[in-house]
Amino acid sequence: MTALLDIRGLKAEIDGRQILNGLDLTVNRGEIHAIMGPNGAGKSTLSYVLSGKPGYEITGGEVSFNGEDLLAMDPDERAAKGLFLAFQYPLEIPGVATLTFLRTALNAQRKKRGEEELSSPDVLKRVRELAKQLSIDPEMLKRPLNVGFSGGEKKRNETLQMALLEPKLCVLDETDSGLDIDALRIVADGVNRLRAADRGMIVITHYQRLLDYIVPDVVHVLSAGRIVKTGGKELALELEATGYAQYQSEAA
Amino acid sequence: MNAEIRPVKTAAEIGFADLFAAARESLPGGGNVKAVRCDAFDRFAAQGLPHSRVEAWKYTDLRRMVRDAKPLAPRPDTAAKAATRKAAAGFAGLDFRRLLIVDGAFVPELSDLADLEPGVSIRATADALGLDDAPLWLEAGMAGDDPAAALNTAFAADGVIIAVDPNVVVARPIHLAFVTTADTPSAMFTRSSLALGAGAAITLVETHEGPDQSDYQVNAALRMNVGERARLDHVKVTSEGSAAMHIATLLAEIGANATYREFGFTTGGAVVRNQLFLKLAGEGTIANVHQASLLAGRQHADTTLTVDHAAPGSQSREVFKAVVDDEARAVFQGRITVQPGAQQTDARMMARALLLSDEAVANCKPELEIFADDVQCGHGTTTGALDDQLKFYLMARGIPEKEAEALLIQAFVGEVIDALARDDLREALTQTMLNWLRGRD
Repeated sequence: MTALLDIRGLKAEIDGRQILNGLDLTVNRGEIHAIMGPNGAGKSTLSYVLSGKPGYEITGGEVSFNGEDLLAMDPDERAAKGLFLAFQYPLEIPGVATLTFLRTALNAQRKKRGEEELSSPDVLKRVRELAKQLSIDPEMLKRPLNVGFSGGEKKRNETLQMALLEPKLCVLDETDSGLDIDALRIVADGVNRLRAADRGMIVITHYQRLLDYIVPDVVHVLSAGRIVKTGGKELALELEATGYAQYQSEAA
Repeated sequence: MNAEIRPVKTAAEIGFADLFAAARESLPGGGNVKAVRCDAFDRFAAQGLPHSRVEAWKYTDLRRMVRDAKPLAPRPDTAAKAATRKAAAGFAGLDFRRLLIVDGAFVPELSDLADLEPGVSIRATADALGLDDAPLWLEAGMAGDDPAAALNTAFAADGVIIAVDPNVVVARPIHLAFVTTADTPSAMFTRSSLALGAGAAITLVETHEGPDQSDYQVNAALRMNVGERARLDHVKVTSEGSAAMHIATLLAEIGANATYREFGFTTGGAVVRNQLFLKLAGEGTIANVHQASLLAGRQHADTTLTVDHAAPGSQSREVFKAVVDDEARAVFQGRITVQPGAQQTDARMMARALLLSDEAVANCKPELEIFADDVQCGHGTTTGALDDQLKFYLMARGIPEKEAEALLIQAFVGEVIDALARDDLREALTQTMLNWLRGRD
């Protein structure tokens, strides 16, 4: 069986600066991979390159997602194929109601996959159930997307989108940033509910704290655009104790 | 060498002079009306067509844009009237009282004049021009020396005159549907007016449309008197044909404690100029102006607005939004004037343009002119492209590029549409916007 995600020798640059430097990573269904690393290692770049953000130039390597060439797809196509990026900084969109956005996204994906679009009441019902699990006030769904939401509300909203869209691969970019401990627990619970045998996850984080709540199967250290060490969940604890300094000098 | 030199008259200016000489005997009205028309034409002739060195017309150079004077449209015949059956389709299902103006002429037999509410009167401008008081209202306050308004006074042949008695609240909106049917070059000059008595209320919808590719010019003027405590919602939709020129002058005098809400929505016409002159004449008056222009191809749409706060304690809000694609140009000039003694004026103006292509242009020129010292006035303008970050966020959730753009454009225009009080009008204009967005694909 092919891996869910297979990254081989990926090189990418932005504005002429090389950020990813021959990165290899394989994620199988049912696995949670944590990617840790110092600031500037390329963690967010990896998440953006996977989701297809414009501005990054791929200068080498390949990425196969479910056996298909991920890098050849537009961002919306990647999403419809089951890739989901939970943004580190979710964007605010004035004038677009959260519920309208959720319905448009869900039905756009379903349409692209040849599935029947869901009626507004059906979408509303599903969204309300998920909102309840994530302690999201239903009134918030009527508000413009992320506008005036607190940091915690934005991250819960990202988690709600992820749960609604049922992706095959979730990429969580610094989901713990800007969260207090209560919000972190709610978001982590939401993520853990999505653990499934046919779903993979990449959890990108600078700190070990998040991994107390979302326990990974594999931990990687990313430095200077490459995976420089791979281990079990204990690697995260080790990093917390020793810091990233040794890996930075290794890569340099 | 700064000597004022009158340039040689353009072909269009000569054409207008010939047109006026030929038409003035047959235009409606008696001798006194004729005198007003001649005066107005002289005022026009003295300045000629406005050009880019005339500040109020800085971005809409009519000397360059108007190449000739079109013949006056004939009164509509049976075929022309029949051609209007599908007019203003977007508003057809709304049960408004529809009054049809075809090729510049009010057509009572195609208009809904049944069961007129007590206290409401409707008549044709052509008839009213024959009455003794005509010279007064034809001339009154028509925007000073404005050449487009002067041309309107010179040539105005028909239109609709509506009066609502004091304290009459008209529940059913009146819809003035202006339809051009001509497929040969022609010009239409209409004058309409609405007088709203003290404490009266009404919604007036105005739509303008015509065939694509047809080379016609519309010069429409509308004068409104809003009495004390009256409430007026005016919605104007400009969706003229693709080759048309549409120049409209709106004059409103708004009394004390009245509420006036103006909405403009422009999607059609090769060249559109909507000039609005609002005077907040009494204390405690509220006037809000919301305008949106959705432009593509080589369209040019200019909204020029003057809001004159002439009495204490009045409030105005102006929101202008333009979505500009291809090589189109949107112009917004807004001036807020606060007269001496108009203390506690609260006025805010915002103009925002969204450019969808590298060749699209927006010119925004806000001005404040304040002669009182205890006021709150502000203005702002922004011009920019669609936000790529927002677009990527939507696409990362599976929304295709065109749909993501449409959603962001809708959100941008939404602020104007959401300000409409009536659900049915919000829906009709949302539909107009969606049709425009579909046209982009």
